[in-house]
Amino acid sequence: MAATAVAARRATRASRKAAWGSPGVYFVALLLIGAMLAPIVYIVIGGFRTNAQITTDPAGWPSPWQFGNYLDVLTGDVFWRQVVNSSIVAGCTTAGVVTLGLMTSYILARYRFRGRGAMYSLFAAGLMFPLTVAITPLYILVRTLGLMNTLPGVILPQIGFAIPMTIIILVPFVRAIPNEIQEAASMDGCSRLGFFWRMVLPLSRPGVITVAILTFITSWNSYLLPLFILNREDTFTLPLGVQAFASQYSVDTAKVLAFTSLSMLPALLFFSLFQRRIVGGLTGAVKG
Amino acid sequence: MFDTDRESVQLVENRSVGLTTVGGDAPVASPPTGRRARKGIGWPARLEIALMTGPTLIVFLSFVIFPVAMAAYYGFFSWQGYGPPTEFVGLRNYVLIFQDGTFVDALQHNAVIVVLSLVIQGPAAVLLALLLNRKMRGQTLIRVLVFIPYVISEVVVGTGWSLMLQGSGAVNSFLQSVGLGWLQNEWLSDPETAIWTLMGILTWKYIGFAVILFLAGLQGIPDELMEAAAIDGASYWQIQRRITLPLLGPTIRIWAFLSMIGALQLFDLVYIIWGQYVASTAGTSTMATYMVANGRIAGEYGYGNAVAVVLFFISLVAALLYQRFVLRRDTEGAITGGRI
Repeated sequence: MAATAVAARRATRASRKAAWGSPGVYFVALLLIGAMLAPIVYIVIGGFRTNAQITTDPAGWPSPWQFGNYLDVLTGDVFWRQVVNSSIVAGCTTAGVVTLGLMTSYILARYRFRGRGAMYSLFAAGLMFPLTVAITPLYILVRTLGLMNTLPGVILPQIGFAIPMTIIILVPFVRAIPNEIQEAASMDGCSRLGFFWRMVLPLSRPGVITVAILTFITSWNSYLLPLFILNREDTFTLPLGVQAFASQYSVDTAKVLAFTSLSMLPALLFFSLFQRRIVGGLTGAVKG
Repeated sequence: MFDTDRESVQLVENRSVGLTTVGGDAPVASPPTGRRARKGIGWPARLEIALMTGPTLIVFLSFVIFPVAMAAYYGFFSWQGYGPPTEFVGLRNYVLIFQDGTFVDALQHNAVIVVLSLVIQGPAAVLLALLLNRKMRGQTLIRVLVFIPYVISEVVVGTGWSLMLQGSGAVNSFLQSVGLGWLQNEWLSDPETAIWTLMGILTWKYIGFAVILFLAGLQGIPDELMEAAAIDGASYWQIQRRITLPLLGPTIRIWAFLSMIGALQLFDLVYIIWGQYVASTAGTSTMATYMVANGRIAGEYGYGNAVAVVLFFISLVAALLYQRFVLRRDTEGAITGGRI
């Protein structure tokens, strides 16, 4: 296939330039990448075909290339409304988690008070409660609060469930700020809250960025909670939208493929912008 | 003198917090140690504590702890979700759950998925990480590309794969065109095959995460160790076997923990690809899909919550056993990972 042709070309270029490394390593690496990317490439390419082309040869190449599927999706308002909904949900969740998490981490890391250990354990224990377990009572709670079919009905629980991981990542960051800095700041007349704004906020930025990216992507991709809370189509986020579109246009495979590939575009863009942070942050967060 | 003394006190305090484990011994607020101890704290500090932890506690308690507690409560009722639950049935829901062959099937599928995920993804990811850790061009690019399936949402992955795996889909047609027509299969509906299809998709989606973790672990191993071993005449594989793998142990054990918990709670992919009813006939249903199908969709909220409680306790027991017998070895503070 084309992927392998491109891959092969890249391999020869790489081995010519590189003074070290055996061809076998590159070969396996390229096989791996091919396997990882082929399904994605298929979805994207499939959107450029017609249904007739897909039916006669499901694994073929577009001939001729059709842009209508993508144009239909891009000019309709369904896709854009879902992009906006997803952005609002993921954005508000991230902002809320970072704000609440950083304030609480500051207290947990820098104040000595009775119950501090218990509070930390409480949040840490939250890691043991997956959203899946609480989903039905959450649905009832959200319904009681009158937040069904509203974006806050998704945002608030998502913030709650993201707090444990956030605190566990951020507390060590805040604690690692040397005491000498705090003492120097307080000698210069900086209050404890002033210290939070002027020193803690900027100094814990790497941790905050890691947490923000993790939260954003998790929220952007989340499915179970919106599935329970959002039943009206105008409130759908992208994952719900993709599923609804796929069942609504189940005979129009090409259009479904176009919609699906467009819907993964924002996440991919976001990922490629922040990939170093994401990869680094995830490993740091989990490795401890 | 003064400074070093104070620093060491600070260090001891930090460590006591860093080592606590989830669900394990709660870190007791450290007793006043030496000069740094502040005995009583003033009202301004109390106000700051209340203001800065209050909102977090409210959101956390009302949207995490409260629903979890309510799940346990609702599980004792026969309840259709309207008005307060009144029909107390004691443990009947739990008895029904374990008498239901469909649930037992789902539980077995979960167990199979846990084991196969560890057995397939673990060794494969270690080998790939070792391979990608060798000096080569484009290492960063490869890491990013391997990670892409992990970033894409379950819905996109599920929709894409189910289109490709249909009987008349791209996978079968591709196999035909490369002369492997005898491999063609009803990938999604054949009960013999479906669970393997699911494992394939899960591996594809999540192996990048394991590889990235292991690569990070590998890069934390000092080169000097391997160089010393190489000078002593160890072969490449001996070095990996005797030095790299043991040192990678903590990372592998944490990955295995995350993978296990994730597999026990698997929902999205199965639900999207197989839907709520087909999953049980295709042999891919999980406890979570069973919970949604028999709880909310059937309108039996009490029963659904009882399933949630069972799911929670199975995960909890698995997690505690794992922590007790496997993660204990690591001094790294288990999953709380308080890196100080």
